[in-house]
Amino acid sequence: MHIDIDKDVCIGAGQCALTAPDVFTQDDDGYSTLLPGRADGGDSPLLREAARACPVSAITVSHTVG
Amino acid sequence: MTETTAPVAFPQSRTCPYHPPAAYAPLRTERPLTRITLFDGREAWLVTGHATARALLADPRLSSDRDRPGFPATTVRFTGFRNRRTALLGVDDPEHRAQRRMVVGDFTLKRAAELRPRIQRIVDERLDAMIAQGPPADLVNAFALPVPSMVICALLGVSYGDHDFFEAQSRRLLRGPEAADVLDARDRLEAYFGELIDRKRENPGTGLLDDLVQRQLRDGEIDREGLIALALILLVAGHETTANMISLGTFTLLRHPERLAELRADPGLVPAAVEELMRLLSIADGLLRTAVEDIEVAGTTIRAGDGVVFATSVINRDETVYADPDTLDWNRPARHHVAFGFGIHQCLGQNLARAELEIALRTLFERLPTLRLAAPAEEIPFKPGDTIQGMLELPVTW
Repeated sequence: MHIDIDKDVCIGAGQCALTAPDVFTQDDDGYSTLLPGRADGGDSPLLREAARACPVSAITVSHTVG
Repeated sequence: MTETTAPVAFPQSRTCPYHPPAAYAPLRTERPLTRITLFDGREAWLVTGHATARALLADPRLSSDRDRPGFPATTVRFTGFRNRRTALLGVDDPEHRAQRRMVVGDFTLKRAAELRPRIQRIVDERLDAMIAQGPPADLVNAFALPVPSMVICALLGVSYGDHDFFEAQSRRLLRGPEAADVLDARDRLEAYFGELIDRKRENPGTGLLDDLVQRQLRDGEIDREGLIALALILLVAGHETTANMISLGTFTLLRHPERLAELRADPGLVPAAVEELMRLLSIADGLLRTAVEDIEVAGTTIRAGDGVVFATSVINRDETVYADPDTLDWNRPARHHVAFGFGIHQCLGQNLARAELEIALRTLFERLPTLRLAAPAEEIPFKPGDTIQGMLELPVTW
């Protein structure tokens, strides 16, 4: 999986980190970021739920090709 | 010729404080969008469908600016907000983004988690005081209002000693009754924060307002007037809404003894229960926007200048998303409700609110296992439909 967070869109609501705390966290400024070693989302079943919970659609989850 | 019936009047007062007004029943069969009549006879769009609500709340073609002529004011009191700067919830991007950026780091999940021990201490102290003086008690005045008031004071660096003043003025700001009350309450709160900010410039403390004075005001990121507006919204939104959720949440749980027993048996259910209560109660029932461009949605066109109202109590009971939506169910996925809003204006304080609600409700029922209403449920007064929903009083005994 490939996860893209658009930091220019993120409002720091924290919904991704609330939904999938094993993948997302918030940086010191409040904006969404991936936990170390979780750039591919691991195998979190809540990844797509976290993307859907984002109120501003800042998170894109896509299959990595190959 | 066919007769057309006038659109349903919005808002109306609830008959049961945790269910939408019976008069909204026709609205629930008209998803995702219908027409309503506002208090002044103007018409507006009412969004009732969950998917459409999420799409439109995230749509930049809808403005939150209350000074736009088409803004769908839901009470005469809204004239009190005109031509004043309402920080965060009354401004659009990019100004909104700049304001939110200044404070968002103080409302993260991590910050809310750090505040939990302090919230627990406040909850314990308020319950100690209530138990020492009772039974009976009015849970609104003894617990539901002071807990979030104390928490937001601690966070902002506002003296809780001033709570009689700012709680009374917040009440007038949100409920009037007259437009003049709203204007006067706003003047008084602005003067209060102006003086507080000037004092903090001289003698900085450790709260969020002190940080804002030090970082943003000195660096020219915000001016004094802007900081006053921001402080006002943080304080008012920070205590009134959570207080309403505690009082109405408690009332709802006492009216659902089986659900309450499940929570007592398994406190691990409390976070899910808070989410489900947020969905069912939908206390901010009427989010207001104005279209700034034509928007094609659900086979119709919202025209530029049209008012658009989001009935969260109807949206959060969309049966295509929530099975058996009128019932409380701790096991349903209540996630994705719009009780905190959606889009760029989604509640800044939602993570703090969740922490407060979890700790307040869990501790209240742990400490007082025999808590019950001290008056017939149907006689306990609650707030009218044109403001944030909640109990006016909550007489309890134990």
